[in-house]
Amino acid sequence: MSDPDPLSVPPVAGPGPRRSRRARIRAELKRAPLSAWFGGLVILAYVVLAVFAPLIAPWGEATVAGQPHQAWGGDFLLGTDQLGRDVLSRLIYGARNTLGIAVLTTCLAFLTGGLLGILAALYGGWFDQICSRIVDVFMSIPSLIFALLFLSVFGSSIPNLIITLAALDATRVFRLARAAAGTVVVLDYIQIARVRGESLLWLIRREILPNILSPMIVEFGLRFCFVFLSIAALSFLGVGIQPPTADWGSMVRENAALISYGNITALLPAAAIALLTVAVNFVIDWYVYRTSGMRDER
Amino acid sequence: MNAENTDLRVRGAPLLQIRDLRIEGFSDDRWHPIVRGIDLELHRGEVLGLIGESGAGKSTLGLVAMGYAKPGCRITGGSVTFDGQDLLAMKEDERRLLRGARIAYVAQSASASFNPAHRLLDQTIETAVTHGLLGRKQASLRAIGMFEKLRLPGAGAIGLRFPHQVSGGQLQRAMTAMAMECRPDLIIFDEPTTALDVTTQVEVLASMREVVREFNTAAIYISHDLAVVAQMADRIMVLRHGKTVEEAPARRMLAEPAEDYTRSLWSVRALAQPERSDTEICLKIDNLVTGYGKSAKVIDDISIELQRGRTLAIVGESGSGKSTLAQVISGMLPAWSGKMTFEGRPLPSGFRSRPRDLLRRIQMIYQSPDTALNPRHSVAETIGRPLEFYLGLKGAAKQRRIKELLDMIEMGSGYLDRLPGELSGGQKQRICIARALAAKPELVICDEVTSALDQLVQSGILKLLSSLQAELGISYLFITHDIATVRAIADHVVVMNQGKVVEQGPKSVVLEPPHQPYTDLLLSSVPEMDPDWLTRVLKSRRATPDAAS
Amino acid sequence: MNDATTPAGAGANAAPASARNLRPLLRTGLQRLALGFVTLFIVSIIIFLSIEALPGDFAQSMLGRSAAADTVEAYRLMLGLDRPVFERYLSWAAGAVQGDFGMSLTSRPGSIRAVNDMIGPRLYNTFFLAAMTALIAVPLAVLLGILTALYRGSWFDRLINGSTLMAISVPEFFIAYILCYIVISKDMFAFGQLAQILPQWANDGIIWLLSFVPKLPTLAVINESTSFGERVWKLILPALTLTLVITAHMMRMTRAVLINVLASSYVEMARLKGLSKTRVVLCHALPNAWAPIATVIAFNLAYLIVGVVVVEVVFVYPGIGQLMVDAVRTRDIPVVQACTLIFAATYIILNLIADCVAIITNPRLLYPR
Repeated sequence: MSDPDPLSVPPVAGPGPRRSRRARIRAELKRAPLSAWFGGLVILAYVVLAVFAPLIAPWGEATVAGQPHQAWGGDFLLGTDQLGRDVLSRLIYGARNTLGIAVLTTCLAFLTGGLLGILAALYGGWFDQICSRIVDVFMSIPSLIFALLFLSVFGSSIPNLIITLAALDATRVFRLARAAAGTVVVLDYIQIARVRGESLLWLIRREILPNILSPMIVEFGLRFCFVFLSIAALSFLGVGIQPPTADWGSMVRENAALISYGNITALLPAAAIALLTVAVNFVIDWYVYRTSGMRDER
Repeated sequence: MNAENTDLRVRGAPLLQIRDLRIEGFSDDRWHPIVRGIDLELHRGEVLGLIGESGAGKSTLGLVAMGYAKPGCRITGGSVTFDGQDLLAMKEDERRLLRGARIAYVAQSASASFNPAHRLLDQTIETAVTHGLLGRKQASLRAIGMFEKLRLPGAGAIGLRFPHQVSGGQLQRAMTAMAMECRPDLIIFDEPTTALDVTTQVEVLASMREVVREFNTAAIYISHDLAVVAQMADRIMVLRHGKTVEEAPARRMLAEPAEDYTRSLWSVRALAQPERSDTEICLKIDNLVTGYGKSAKVIDDISIELQRGRTLAIVGESGSGKSTLAQVISGMLPAWSGKMTFEGRPLPSGFRSRPRDLLRRIQMIYQSPDTALNPRHSVAETIGRPLEFYLGLKGAAKQRRIKELLDMIEMGSGYLDRLPGELSGGQKQRICIARALAAKPELVICDEVTSALDQLVQSGILKLLSSLQAELGISYLFITHDIATVRAIADHVVVMNQGKVVEQGPKSVVLEPPHQPYTDLLLSSVPEMDPDWLTRVLKSRRATPDAAS
Repeated sequence: MNDATTPAGAGANAAPASARNLRPLLRTGLQRLALGFVTLFIVSIIIFLSIEALPGDFAQSMLGRSAAADTVEAYRLMLGLDRPVFERYLSWAAGAVQGDFGMSLTSRPGSIRAVNDMIGPRLYNTFFLAAMTALIAVPLAVLLGILTALYRGSWFDRLINGSTLMAISVPEFFIAYILCYIVISKDMFAFGQLAQILPQWANDGIIWLLSFVPKLPTLAVINESTSFGERVWKLILPALTLTLVITAHMMRMTRAVLINVLASSYVEMARLKGLSKTRVVLCHALPNAWAPIATVIAFNLAYLIVGVVVVEVVFVYPGIGQLMVDAVRTRDIPVVQACTLIFAATYIILNLIADCVAIITNPRLLYPR
């Protein structure tokens, strides 16, 4: 708040010492609350599981290794499923499939939606109008319903799933990117860069993108959770990832009948989904608090 | 000490007494002191002016006089006594009964502080009715009476309106009426006229002063503008960095300020650019018409001339079209019709049809350095970009030139890797100037470049711009609403009102009488460093009622 | 900001509600209504055209490559695929407006199943479940949202915030199965894996706690003859699942909206006027928060529609969501189209209602300058 432009200190005076970026990040991490640490560690664990699934899993993804519905313990730490496949191994492979598809979908949605959103904010006019109206229509229907419609027409396959969800998600990303970029493009420094004669690439990459990065990162986390949950829901409904590919949503469906016998095997993949989304949300919560909460909300 | 004691005995116990007050605010994960040990005393019927720059702690202090700490602030020491009661030791409910009833508040932005969902009258009488001080009917009658006193048009009906249906100046008066409704002992005015145009400000100030005097209400008047405070206050207190710099009766403060800092508060007014000889014409604009979209005409048939190495000031209130003019010249807004000539060649309308070298020769500096600098670009990147983009400088040559430019704006090379967020307002504006200079321009358009800055910083920037002009021979098109700034920097002046030129010519001609009626209204509305200024202006306006309309 | 001392017509504007003043209100309202219709129209085109985008011949792909040519031809005729797209859209749309969605692809020449007959009773079931959920969730969420915004930062706020963050992060079917598991464990806990892992005293404690859980039905199988009371009883678990999800979303958004309003200058001014905390919230914050809260509610009721699909499948509830999922699996496109259109229309109508609330609570439109 205090203005270091006073009489006694002429503006020529050198600035004070400055902490390096790395030191600031380290200090930031040190102050992070337990929930954020927990979230970060969980995400890390999932990534490790997904990347090294074949090395970690005791059995193959679709190997029928034992009798159907074997109890916990022995060769099968978490028992076997209705076909006699190892539940633990399928859980580990499920991390790979479900996570991989969700990350891919989210990235695709951000590339298309984000770019179009920034362009719409920058150019305005008819380009913005057309994009926005199309997005309005797509957003006037819950995306799960639209996904169901498209999957019924084009059939359930992984590429179809990715393209459908990415397209539907891109509309949400478009909205956010357009709004975030919209508050930036009206600022004087964008005007200055434009009148200086800067190219479109420079405007997007150097002037706009760095300034909308933090809302976009938050949105990436939230959209990832949303996509992840949508894939799980679709697979659970039997129209998402198809067997024999291991996937948490369909694992819940396949083992759901066991719940009536007090068997919690079906709850494990559901818990795996829940744990990851909770972890991502914890990290986002902390990030939002760090980047905006302090200043905006007081 | 002795003198103070006698004073106390004569006038009785003070209405408000603040002792060694300390307040801290929370930002960047830490508590920072905002107010560091301030003493203050206010007697019944007395008006105290609190003045200081942004961040001096004056608004925080004003709210604490109501026993209210802003969210994110905490009171860490001292006492606040109102009419013998310790405000800080009270229960919240007891304080609540004082607020609005015995201590009232008038906020800076009336349009944000009136609830958009309720009618003005309902909001005005709310405190009186809910505290059970007056009946609804009685309260309404009293409010309407106060609207009349404050010269609100259609006083009987205006209370039925919603805030968005009323202009800014009228809202500010309605808020004063709301504060006066319970006939409080004390009113806190927090920069009540800062958001208004000068011509509006005069009337609002006059009506506020009138009611405060009539009801013998004590008041704390907070402002950054000493000339405004001088009209309102009996006594003035200058704050800086949360401490009292100087305190004295208003007249004495203006006549013989004791501290250097106090004197520096009107340093802009002390600057004066002597008029210089005529030179060739650099920029010529003929019959320019433009506006936004296709129908909203903002500028209507304007012709002006700017001489090389000289400064042309464009003066006007908000809505006069002066900033739009700057946008047309810089190419951000295309002209509908008219001709622009720059250094003897026609200047294409719209920046897209100008070659890069032409873009380089006309640079612009903006009002708010906060939004004019990309917060993610360091000082070196900001200044370096035009060097690279226009002049093709790279590597060591670029670095050398950046350092030269930093020296020119009187900042050292220690700032090279700073981000704008780490600089003060004045420093940011200097970086903007350096960025404009980096392009080696011939014409620099300065759009209200000093109006977002504190007085002291303003004079520094104006001096810098003057000396750069003398050194580099740049022409300035200087857009401002502040007459003092015009005196400080301009050679020629254009007065604009509602998209038209009212008067133009050399500074000595335009600023000295006889004036056009609008110029006269504008000039006479600018507060002067004279406690009798407001009285004088009002007297002359009432004598010739035509002047105001 | 121009302070004209005597604006012309000052008195005329002040009159509360003349016909002139209603005009902007009506205009804005009609604009929204028109926009809603246009959106619905475009959505219907997308829904209809989605079949056209199908690679290859629709009839062929439905019947499989091995189908005889004349069977395919008969099927095409039955579906009306020989007519141009434009004509087929018109007759489909005209039918849809009258509540006739054609026939299901499970129909074969000879045994025709109308989509209407499949949807009709299920639509009622779905709206019954949604209404039951909304009745609990909306007041609960708004109340919790207001309370947490008011007591921001308190342990109450943190507790609610933490648990709702959990609830929105978790898939609906997880909540549903957890609830089922709790009810089932009343009888089955001792046989499950948990009982073998946990020590004896923990088991005893859990079994004691479970004895308080009512024996709710975990399947919501109903038909036309099910009485109202039984219906409600069977729907407690599905409604509870949906309530948990919806309330969490709605409450968090309401809280955010209110915190925003509470931070505004006019609320600070109301505090500085010495008004009580209740009055500040009820008279100054809430009137300005209704419009965004209405949007939040509409948004979440629409979200409820999505939740319904999953929850119906979990509890085997004969609603439109389950029908849609089955139709998607069997690629019974006319049924999918009809369901999509119904969901879309509900969503659009809900948003329209929220817009109307925003319009009639906006003094700028009610009382123009």
